[in-house]
Amino acid sequence: MEEIRKRFIQGFFILIALIYVSRLFYLQVIDETYKLDAENNAIRKLIQVPFRGLVYDRNKKLIVSNTVVYDLYVTPKKAKVADTLRFCEIFGITRPEFDSLTHLARIYSPVRPSLMLRQLSRQDYARVQDAMVDYPGFDFQVSALRTYDSKAMANALGYVGEISPERLLKQEETGDDYYRQGDYVGVTGLERQYEEKLRGERGIKYMMVNSRGVEKGAFKNGAFDKDPIAGKNLITSIDINLQAYADSLMQHKVGSVVAIEPSTGEVLAMVSAPTYDPSLLSGRTYSKYFQTLNLNPLHPLLNRPPSAYYRPGSTFKIIQALVALQMGAISAGTGFGHGGSPINCSHNHPVASDVQKAIQYSCNPYFYQTYKRMIYKNNETNVFKKSAVGLEKWDEMVAKFGIGQSLEIDLPNEKKGKLPDVPYYDKMYGGQEKAPLRWKFSNIASNSIGEGEIIVNPLKMANVAAIIANRGWYYRPHLVKGIGKVGDIDEKYKEKISVGIDRRHFETVIGGMVAAVNNGTVSGDGRLSDIQMCGKTGTSQNRHGENHSIFIAFAPRENPKIAIAVFVENAGSGGAHAAPIASLCVEKYIKGHSDRKAIETKWMNKGYPINIIRTTPKSDNSKNPSAKKDSVVKKVDEELFLTTPQTLPLMGAEKPNTFKIPMKPKR
Amino acid sequence: MARQEKISKNLDWITVLLFIVCVIVGWANIYAAIYNPENPLWIGDAGFFDTNAGKQLIWIGTTVLLIIAILVIDYRFYETTAFFIYGFFIFMLISVFVIGAEIKGSHSWIRIGGFQIQPAEFAKMATALALAKYVSTPMVNLSRFKDQFNVALIILIPPVLILLSKETGVALVFASFMVLLYREGLPGVYPASFLSIIILFVLSLIYPSWQIFVGLAVLSGLIIWILPRYERKTRNILMILGVAFAMGVFATGVDWAINNVLQEHQRNRIKVLIDPDFDRKKTGYNVRQAKIAIGSGGLIGKGYLQGTQTKFDFVPEQSTDFIFCTVGEEEGFAGSLLVVGLFLSLLLRVIYLAERQKSRFARVYGYGVVSILFFHFMVNIGMTIGLMPVIGIPLPFFSYGGSSLWSFSILLFIFLKIDAHRSQVLSRW
Repeated sequence: MEEIRKRFIQGFFILIALIYVSRLFYLQVIDETYKLDAENNAIRKLIQVPFRGLVYDRNKKLIVSNTVVYDLYVTPKKAKVADTLRFCEIFGITRPEFDSLTHLARIYSPVRPSLMLRQLSRQDYARVQDAMVDYPGFDFQVSALRTYDSKAMANALGYVGEISPERLLKQEETGDDYYRQGDYVGVTGLERQYEEKLRGERGIKYMMVNSRGVEKGAFKNGAFDKDPIAGKNLITSIDINLQAYADSLMQHKVGSVVAIEPSTGEVLAMVSAPTYDPSLLSGRTYSKYFQTLNLNPLHPLLNRPPSAYYRPGSTFKIIQALVALQMGAISAGTGFGHGGSPINCSHNHPVASDVQKAIQYSCNPYFYQTYKRMIYKNNETNVFKKSAVGLEKWDEMVAKFGIGQSLEIDLPNEKKGKLPDVPYYDKMYGGQEKAPLRWKFSNIASNSIGEGEIIVNPLKMANVAAIIANRGWYYRPHLVKGIGKVGDIDEKYKEKISVGIDRRHFETVIGGMVAAVNNGTVSGDGRLSDIQMCGKTGTSQNRHGENHSIFIAFAPRENPKIAIAVFVENAGSGGAHAAPIASLCVEKYIKGHSDRKAIETKWMNKGYPINIIRTTPKSDNSKNPSAKKDSVVKKVDEELFLTTPQTLPLMGAEKPNTFKIPMKPKR
Repeated sequence: MARQEKISKNLDWITVLLFIVCVIVGWANIYAAIYNPENPLWIGDAGFFDTNAGKQLIWIGTTVLLIIAILVIDYRFYETTAFFIYGFFIFMLISVFVIGAEIKGSHSWIRIGGFQIQPAEFAKMATALALAKYVSTPMVNLSRFKDQFNVALIILIPPVLILLSKETGVALVFASFMVLLYREGLPGVYPASFLSIIILFVLSLIYPSWQIFVGLAVLSGLIIWILPRYERKTRNILMILGVAFAMGVFATGVDWAINNVLQEHQRNRIKVLIDPDFDRKKTGYNVRQAKIAIGSGGLIGKGYLQGTQTKFDFVPEQSTDFIFCTVGEEEGFAGSLLVVGLFLSLLLRVIYLAERQKSRFARVYGYGVVSILFFHFMVNIGMTIGLMPVIGIPLPFFSYGGSSLWSFSILLFIFLKIDAHRSQVLSRW
C-alpha cells in the first residue's frame, strides 16, 4: 500500500517534469515566434539609408544629384509640446494635421521615434533649430532628396517616390524584404531601371533598448552592424546640351525626339513632350504635383519614346525598299508608275523611275507595287495561301529591324509595337475561330506605306535610322554607358546585331534619303547646307485629328555621328514639321550650335492647336452606323488609341493629303 | 571530533551536492538577471553589494552558517520542539500585523537591520515539523475523521494568517501537504477530489456553468450506464447524481466567486492563463514577456549574460519569481532541461531518503520537505511557461531572497541532519 503510494508520488513528479520539459521543448525549440518577439522587444534596427547614386551625362556633366534634407521624428513618450500653435506655425502645419500626426505616432509606438515630417530643407532646418530646445522628443534625421541640375529629360530619368503598396506586395510574393513602407524607390525611367545599382546598400545598426525604450548600446558590440554603401553612379550616354536643346524645341508640342549615336547604340537624347520639371516630383512637392501631372490629358508622365504607339507612316518605306532589294523583288532601277494602285500618291512628283526617286518623293503607288511583289514572291498558286506565305517571309526580314520586337532598352515599359503576322490577320478576318485563308494581299496593302497594322514607337524608328547609318547593323539602344565606371554595362549592349541586308542596298536607299532632304519631301526649314543629312519623312494617320509628323534621319552621310527620330503629334506632314526640328538637333549636335537662329526661334515657339475633347464613350460608338461600317479599321485604331492623349471626335474630316485605306476586305 | 566525523560520514552528500549546484547556478542566474552591460559590477566593485546578486551572496554566506548550526544542534531537538517551533511561527505570523513592514503591498515582513525577513516563508518548515510530529504520534490514523480534522487544523492555521497579510502565493503552498498526507495514509478520495476540484475549477473558468452542468449530467449518466448491474442500486445512483450536482454548484460558485470575491489582479492572472492574449498590455504582459524570454532561448540559449529579455527589464521580477526566465533565455532548452532535471533529482533523492527512515517522524518530515519543494518547483516554473497562473512564489535555492533561501535551506538541512542519524533511531513503528 505504502509502496504503491510512494510510486504514485514519484510517478506524479516525473509526469509533471515531463510535461514541463515537453512544454519547454515546444516553446524553445519548435515555436520560432518567440525569437522574433524578443528581437522586436530589445533590438531596434536603425536603418541608415545610403546616398543614391548620381547620374552624369556622356561628358561627365552632373544631371541628378542629392541634396541633404532633414526628416523630423517624434518620440511620443518624450515629446512635450507646451505651445502647440507655435509649433504648428514653425513647421507650417495645421492643428488637425499636428494632432493626427502625433496620434499616428502614438499608435505606432509610444517609445519609438516615428517619422512626422519629411524633408525639411537646410534653410528650414536652420530656422527651426533655435525653437527645438523647447520641444523635447523631436529629433531630426538626415536624409536626401533628388536634385536636378536642369529641367531636361524628366521622363527618361524618371522619378523617385515612396514605394507603392502594389510593389510592396510584389516584393512579398518574391520573398524579398528589402523595402519597407515609406521607403523611397525609383518609380519610373532610369531611376527604376537601375534601382538596384542606384540605391546602394542600406546600413543597419542594431541597438539594444530596454523595456522603456532607452537605448542600451550596440547589439553584440556592433558585430552585425553594416555601414551604408552609397549607390553607384550612372554615366549615361545622354548629351545633356543636346537633350536640353531638343526639349526646348519640343515645347508647345506633343511628341518625341530620340537621338542615337549609330556607332555605339548610345542614346544621345530622349525627349518626351510635354515634359515637366523633374524637381516637382522630388520631395515635399510630390503630392502636390503628381496628381496634376497624372491627370493631365496630355500625359506628361508617359515616356513616349519607348512606350507610345504610332504608325510609322512613310518612314517605313525605307525598310520596304531595303527588304525588297534584298529579296530581289525589285532592283535599284525598278520603276513603277501611279497606275494600278488603290493607294494614291499625295505628292505631285515626277515618275518614280527607280528606288531613289521613290524614296525622294515618298511615292505611295511605288511601294504598293513593291510590297505586292514581295508578298507574292513565292510559288503558291492560291492567292490566299500566297499572301500568307509571302507575309511570313516578309515579316521575318522586317522583324530584324526591331519592328514588333523589343529592343531591350534600359528603360521600363518599353512597348514592342506590332508587326502583324499571319495568325494576327487570320484572327482579324476570321473572327474568334482564327480561320485561315480569309485574307489576301489587298487586305494588308496599307502596310506597304506604313499605314496598316504596323505599330512602332519613336525609339524603334531612331534605331532604324541608326541601322541605315551603319549600313546594316546596330547595337541595342541604351542610355547608360557605365555603372560606376564607363563600359560597365550589360553584355547585350555590346553585341553587334546585323539586319541581314547587303551593304550596297543601303547605299541605294541612302541616296534617296539625301535627295528627300535636299530636294524632296522635306521643307526648306529642314535642309542643312553644311551637313549632309539623310532622312525620310513620314505622315502618320491617326484617328485623333491632324496627322502625326514623323522624320527620321542620320548625319553626316559618311561616318554618321547621329541618328534621329522626331515625332510631332497632330502637326501634319513629316517634311514640314518634324524634319526642321530634327535638322536643328543634328546641327546642334554636330556643330555645337545652330547657325539658323531665325529657324531655331520659329520652331521653338511653334505650337499646334491640340483639341482635347472627350470622345463619346465606347458603348455609344456601336450605335453609330458609320462606326459599324469600318469596324476592321476601328479595331486597329482602338489599339492605336493608346498613342495620344488628346482625342478628337471619331470621324474627323479627311485631310486632302490622306491616303485611302481599303476599308473592307475584298472578296 | 568524533561527532563531527560521524556527521560528515553519514550526511547524504548527493543531496548536499544537488543543493550546492542549485545555489551556485541560482546565484549565477541572479547575477545575469541584474547584469548591466554598461556598468558590469563584480565582487569588490563599489555598489556590488547593493545589487541583488551582491546581497544574495551575503544571504548564501549566512545560509552556510545556518546550515552548520543546524548540523551541530542535536538531531532530537527538532522532533522534541516541533510544536514549539510551530507555535513560535504562528506567533510571528500574528506579530507581523503589529510590527510588520509593508513591502510591495503585502504586510508580511519584519525588518531586521537592512534586511527583511518574511515569517511566512519559515512557517512552511514549522508546519512540516508539526505535521510530522502529529502524524508520527502513535495511534494517529489519517483515515480517522478526528485525526484528519487535527491535521487540517495544523495545516490551515498558518495559510489563513498568511492570507490575511495578503501573501496569497505563500498561503497556497500549504496545499502541497496533500502529498505528505497521501503518503501517510490519507484516503485516496481526498487527493482525488482535490485534483478534480482543481480541474473543475479550471473548466468552470473556460466554460459557462450551464455547459458544465450538461457535461456533468452526461458524465454521470455514462458512469451509471457502465456500472455493473449489482452496483446499480438506488443509493449509488443517487450518490453519483448528488456528487455531480454538487460539482455543478461548485462550478457555478467558482464563477460567482471569480467575479465577486477575487480582486481584479488575481482574476486577471487566472484569465491570462486561459487566454494568453487577454489584456496584453497589463496582466498578460508579464506572462507574455516571460514566455518570450524562455521561448527565444532556443536550443542552447543566447549565452550567459546575453539575454535581452531579462537584461532590459522586459521580464518582471526577474531575479526573484521569474528567475527561470533567465535560465531559459540564456541557456536555452539545454539549460532548462538541466534545471528541471536537477529539481527532479533532488525531489526523487529526498523521497528516497524519506523512505529509508526508521523513524516515522523523520519520514513524514522528509515528505513535508518533498511536498513544499515540489509545489514551489511546479508552480514557479509552470507560471513562467504559461502552464500555471502567476502565483508569486520563489524557485527554491534559485530565486533571489534571503527569507526563501534561509527557509528552504533550513527545511532541507534539518531533514539531512535527522537522516544522518537515522541509524541511531530505534524504530517505533
